[in-house]
Amino acid sequence: MKTWIIVLILAVVCFGVIGSGYNRIQSTDEQIKADWAEVLNQYQRRADLVPNLVNVVKGYAAHEKAILTQVTEARAKVGAIQATPELVNNQEAFAKFEAAQRELSSSLGRLLAVAENYPQLKADGVFRDLQAQLEGTENRIAVARNRYIEAVKGYNITVRSFPVNLIAKTFGYSIKPTFAVESEKDLAKPPTVDFK
Amino acid sequence: MNLGRLRVVAFLAALFITAGTFASPVPVPTLKSRVTDLTGTLTSGQCRQLEETLQQFESVKGSQVVVLIVPTTGEETVEQYGIRVADQWKIGRSGVNDGVILLVAKNDHTLRIEVGRGLEGALPDATASRIINEIVVPSFKKGHFFDGIEAGAGKIIKVIQGEPLPEPAATAKRYKAIIDPIFPFLFIGIPLVMSFFGFLGSIIGYLGAGLIGGGIMGVATYWMCGELMGGIIFGVFFFVFCTLIAASNGRNGRRGSGSWSSGGFSDGGSFGGGGGGFSGGGGSFGGGGASGRW
Repeated sequence: MKTWIIVLILAVVCFGVIGSGYNRIQSTDEQIKADWAEVLNQYQRRADLVPNLVNVVKGYAAHEKAILTQVTEARAKVGAIQATPELVNNQEAFAKFEAAQRELSSSLGRLLAVAENYPQLKADGVFRDLQAQLEGTENRIAVARNRYIEAVKGYNITVRSFPVNLIAKTFGYSIKPTFAVESEKDLAKPPTVDFK
Repeated sequence: MNLGRLRVVAFLAALFITAGTFASPVPVPTLKSRVTDLTGTLTSGQCRQLEETLQQFESVKGSQVVVLIVPTTGEETVEQYGIRVADQWKIGRSGVNDGVILLVAKNDHTLRIEVGRGLEGALPDATASRIINEIVVPSFKKGHFFDGIEAGAGKIIKVIQGEPLPEPAATAKRYKAIIDPIFPFLFIGIPLVMSFFGFLGSIIGYLGAGLIGGGIMGVATYWMCGELMGGIIFGVFFFVFCTLIAASNGRNGRRGSGSWSSGGFSDGGSFGGGGGGFSGGGGSFGGGGASGRW
């Protein structure tokens, strides 16, 4: 009788460990998907702002052709990448996506720096609103990226640590890519703008 | 000798404290009221006035608007500090996410309006930026902090007022309706259930009591969550649990009830009260809003 109860308790414990490990993978995986969707969403939002911004700048500084085409090209490159949720499972595509976004970030930063030289442009209400939207979106991107990084960290730790790694292997779950910290730093920094 | 040791301890403590201030980011203050001024810029009268305005707005519209004035955001930018404050305070109603934080870092000369997800439509970045640059910053430049904050908060309120949002006050009542029955259950129900199984065990044997308890819990879990796996796990768990309770109670002299209800728990009333304090409603932020400097 006693051994029977002990065996039963052990079975329950085993079952519980497997079940909870599997469920933890599921819930963190789902969290990553949601956070990644948010990152993509915010990048899309930024990409949508670019044409308007370019048009407004063109109105005041049409001869700054170099930087304007640079931004447009970077925007086109970002648009050409299929930003699907499956990107998180492909290290190579992820890196490519990341590089394209970084290029757009830096060219946008240069565009805003150039805009500093045009007082009339800076005084334009549409430009100022667009700039505020762009800054806000850059901040949302930073927040979304941080949340994604945190979620992936939790997931990767779960998938790698002992009892769960066996379950993860059985069900075909592997670690997910995350943003590199160095690029994170210069992306998290919104383009500096001051109204003087 | 004692003094020497004391000196060493004091030195080490000082070392730790200075190391701490260099390494760790500026902590987010605990949320006690709608207006938190860590710099002593506002007089208590001004704080109360702002507080009243914001409180009245919340009672009418349901949205939470709060003001935080800190000396500095440290190494972080005002945006990074702002999102940490937002994540910790959770201003705004849960689900509606209609919270706004007006954050001022006085010595850094930076400020930010942090907008909850639910208000990003009513108070978009461009509008937040205009409030900062056209209403708040001009006053701040003249050193009129209260005027700037009051006008800025007033404008934020005005903007939110035009947004159709769920009716206010429902949340507080709903929480009470959930929490109130839970506590009596925890403190009275659990001992009651335990003594019941003890009693049951003494009549039909503890395995029988466990089977009944596990069965009930398993079916109930399956019925509530719709997960067969969860139902089975819970059922088996509670089978073991109830069996153990019944067994241990049975061994304690088969007295049935009484042994578990130790009393002393029944101090209701202390949970529902309050009213003086203030806390965030569980709203979430995604980094929307605008920043500025003066």
